[in-house]
Amino acid sequence: MILIHCPYCDETLPELEFAYAGEAHIARPLDPSGLSDEDWERYLFIRANPRGRHNERWRHVHGCGRFFNAVRDTVTDKFELTYKAGEPRK
Amino acid sequence: MTRFSAMSLFAKALGNHKTWPELWPDAQPKASYDAIIVGAGGHGLGAAYYLAKKYGITNVAVIEKGWLGGGNTGRNTTIVRSNYLYDESAHLYDHAVKLWDGLSQDLNFNVMYSKRGVMMLAHNVHDVQSFQRHIHANRLNGVDNEWLTPEQAKEYCPPLSIDPGARHPVLGAALQRRGGTARHDSVAWGYARAASALGVDIIQNCAVTGIRRGANGAIEGVETTRGFIASKKVGVSAAGNTSVVMQMAGLDFPLESYPLQALVSEPIKPVFPCVVMSNTVHAYISQSDKGELVIGAGTDQYVSYSQRGALHIVEHTLAAICEIFPMFRRMRMLRNWGGIVDVTPDRSPILGKTPVPGLYVNCGWGTGGFKATPGAGDLLAYTMARDEPHWINAPFNLDRFRNGRLIDEAAAAAVAH
Repeated sequence: MILIHCPYCDETLPELEFAYAGEAHIARPLDPSGLSDEDWERYLFIRANPRGRHNERWRHVHGCGRFFNAVRDTVTDKFELTYKAGEPRK
Repeated sequence: MTRFSAMSLFAKALGNHKTWPELWPDAQPKASYDAIIVGAGGHGLGAAYYLAKKYGITNVAVIEKGWLGGGNTGRNTTIVRSNYLYDESAHLYDHAVKLWDGLSQDLNFNVMYSKRGVMMLAHNVHDVQSFQRHIHANRLNGVDNEWLTPEQAKEYCPPLSIDPGARHPVLGAALQRRGGTARHDSVAWGYARAASALGVDIIQNCAVTGIRRGANGAIEGVETTRGFIASKKVGVSAAGNTSVVMQMAGLDFPLESYPLQALVSEPIKPVFPCVVMSNTVHAYISQSDKGELVIGAGTDQYVSYSQRGALHIVEHTLAAICEIFPMFRRMRMLRNWGGIVDVTPDRSPILGKTPVPGLYVNCGWGTGGFKATPGAGDLLAYTMARDEPHWINAPFNLDRFRNGRLIDEAAAAAVAH
């Protein structure tokens, strides 16, 4: 089981307290009706799915309940760092 | 290729079985091929075999970064079934089940396809309604599937507990009698041997490092760790690594790769006659011919290429297994492992052409690709040979994520595939 640092609680806790919430920094379209089919496809379905460094969202669901972002290596599953929602991509 | 038969077995026995030839030669890459398949799992080897056998393209290479059948072909729980809800899925998976029948004779290699039946347990009213809907839809598509009462389910699978006071009571079950299991390694070996005999080169320890495209965008070949190999047709059948390979051709795919775990117990005498799946409590179990209980767990929640998962996922599955089959509570588990499965947004595969001319793809099988091995191989071969999809795999195109014609088995099949 992996250990995850919650940037709000400032504690490193077992994965069981957290829920994965997909790739990070996918911005909701500001003008949905103006989007082409290709843009919709990219927003809804296309994912980076990298072999290596991955920016992703987690939620401390059995703790503070807040969403935050993390950088994790998808080959080793090691977390490089976690940071608060709203901070720029790291 | 030495043809296997009772006579050849007898003749080799006279020589103490010391004179069996290798099943297929270790091929070295040539400068160019008519078609290249990336990934020597069951699907990729199957595609190469059908390209040579049915579609007349024998100058084919299958390139594999590791060893043959060492990915999800060697890591799955070997379940074969075709009782999917939607018409498109029923046709696709039943095409494969029809090919499983007779595959051992076709390949002259025993893949040990055993039609022992796949029984899916209903634990609540929603399950009952959903399974009965599946049964009706399946029967309209000519796919066998029948409803069993708890007593009939118990008769079909005696180890099952149908105690009404259980935490997960059995309210009934859907049974596909044509479903069952096959020996996963034999599928890879059988296809490799048969394809190799038809002239296909199987090149292991040869990772794709790049995909070369010409000025018009079309495929010219693949860069590998053993040099450039030219081909105008490349079929990618790389399971969890498909996103990585496709990015080499400049394509972003609607895929995410997750670890999926399985485990086996110590081998015991035959006690478990069929395959039992429970979507609600998330457990699948069967017994291999070697005697091990083969148990499938769920996926981890995060994207990963690590080929291992967390222990709490396995614990969750075993808790459910012990609840439904109390007789297994003292069994010891011998090994567990993970494979990386490529999951699409609608949980249906992508099998067909790509926007790059000459590049074809077979991916997105998620947690349930083994059952489709012969069908996926055949359809990828058809699509590559004709440069157009077969009507069965035509709906499983990449465009559906743009035009919205999803085949939403995510909801229809719950978690189990």
